[in-house]
Amino acid sequence: MARFLPLSQAVSENLHDGDSVAFEGFTHLIPTAAAHEAIRQGFRDLTLIRMTPDVVYDQMIGMGMARKLVFSYAGNPGVGLLRRLRDAVENGFPNALEIEEHSHAAMANAYEAGAAGMPCAVFRGYRGAELARVNPNIRFIECPFTGEELAAVPALRPDVAFIHAQKADRRGNVLVEGIVGIQKEAVLAARRAVATVEEVVEDFDDQHPNLTILPHWTITAISVVPGGAHPSYAHGYYARDNAAYLEWDKVAADRDVFRDWMDRNVFQARVEDFEQRVEKLRVAG
Amino acid sequence: MTGADFTPNEMMTIAASRALGNDDVCFVGIGAPSAACNIARLTHAPDITLIYESGTIGTAPDVLPLSIGDGELCDTALTTVPVPEMFRYWLQGGRITIGFLGAAQIDRFGNINTTVVGEYEHPRVRLPGGGGAPEIASSSQEVYVTLAQSRRAMVEKIDFFTSFGHGEGGDHRQRLGIDTRGPTLLITDLAIWRPDPQTKEFTVVSLHPGVRREMVQETCGWTVRFAERVEETPPPTEQELSILRDLKARTEAAHKGR
Repeated sequence: MARFLPLSQAVSENLHDGDSVAFEGFTHLIPTAAAHEAIRQGFRDLTLIRMTPDVVYDQMIGMGMARKLVFSYAGNPGVGLLRRLRDAVENGFPNALEIEEHSHAAMANAYEAGAAGMPCAVFRGYRGAELARVNPNIRFIECPFTGEELAAVPALRPDVAFIHAQKADRRGNVLVEGIVGIQKEAVLAARRAVATVEEVVEDFDDQHPNLTILPHWTITAISVVPGGAHPSYAHGYYARDNAAYLEWDKVAADRDVFRDWMDRNVFQARVEDFEQRVEKLRVAG
Repeated sequence: MTGADFTPNEMMTIAASRALGNDDVCFVGIGAPSAACNIARLTHAPDITLIYESGTIGTAPDVLPLSIGDGELCDTALTTVPVPEMFRYWLQGGRITIGFLGAAQIDRFGNINTTVVGEYEHPRVRLPGGGGAPEIASSSQEVYVTLAQSRRAMVEKIDFFTSFGHGEGGDHRQRLGIDTRGPTLLITDLAIWRPDPQTKEFTVVSLHPGVRREMVQETCGWTVRFAERVEETPPPTEQELSILRDLKARTEAAHKGR
């Protein structure tokens, strides 16, 4: 049953050292505010799961919070590489990082299997692909009906999933729209789920009947954080801050510049600052 | 019409756009493929279906997206589906006619590496990884690849098989049970390449205007094969160039704007 909590409490009650955690968002609705709160609280030894680890995972890895990364595309989308992640993988700085690497199809299927309560996902994939050689969690099975060889990967079952969404209603039902990505599957696959939202409305009675709505009993905690996806975006609320993604490439290129940026923009910042960061990106709605 | 005043990169994008048709359902990789696919849509193929892996189907962006999930893609799409559905129903289901990919490294058989430079366990450069590409390469009916030529990108031996092309060549795909056609077209900033029908090695079939064979060889890490008859790629038309430049200008302004 969803409880409305301040973000600091929602994070401290649901995330613990050593957890496997998914801060999901497929370019859209990335839960940046929740990730920054986790960074401020200084969790360690996390297994970070995400299809598209981008800036927030670069930040968490750069702060030494991660033991392992499960992913399918680790880049700054449209800009280039993740430089803190590279430093961890190539140089073991600030600590060595175990990686479990998949394709998008595999991760999407694995989340879906987690949501569906299945032990594994079966799909037609990884044919001729070398990831199958380096990742022991990629295996192949034979279809019992046709004999076709199919790929299998274990279901993803994170301890906790964090998502950002447009709206909650007073009861704690959560509405996601636009590029819905993998968030519904991540929430249903996880043992606990925390949603940050742009706003709270009375109810969803006047909404289109087929919208993606997560019932309040699938969500553990909700925090209202306007602008909480910045520099990602919230469809109908504010646009993607592409300039910030371009800037990140320079920030993350240097260890000291990175630490200084984190001090100023995360450790000395407050949850409420997100609202001001999206002010100039607001869309007419 | 003048053919003189265009860059190799513009020629590459325009040559790639010409390979796409109105009836194509194209799974669009970010970067060079995205520009080519949208130029096709804005010129000769207005009804082409462009699909990005973020779930946007039939999208028609006014500016090129910086990422595969920019809001512009969703705003202009016919419909937007969840990511698992994208990969299961639409890609794995066989509904994509052309998967359009870029590459960090490619070999002569169209195998692509976007994972690591060096050893996987101790990479010299950790690249972003495969994303959607491994299954785009095997589940799309055919695959087009576009990249600017360099010896760093076009190599004798790729460091990692992220996405399978024609493997060792010949019937390697069929031997692995892959029934799609794989890479059928490679468009670079210098030339158009097609696989040899038997060996599947990429072979130059057309040189862009002003390009000599030595230039193709100097920027390619393997010994280049040329088709018996090598054509000259028609230069960009004024209309193609102006549409491409307008799109690039709109895109640049949009990405800088805060």
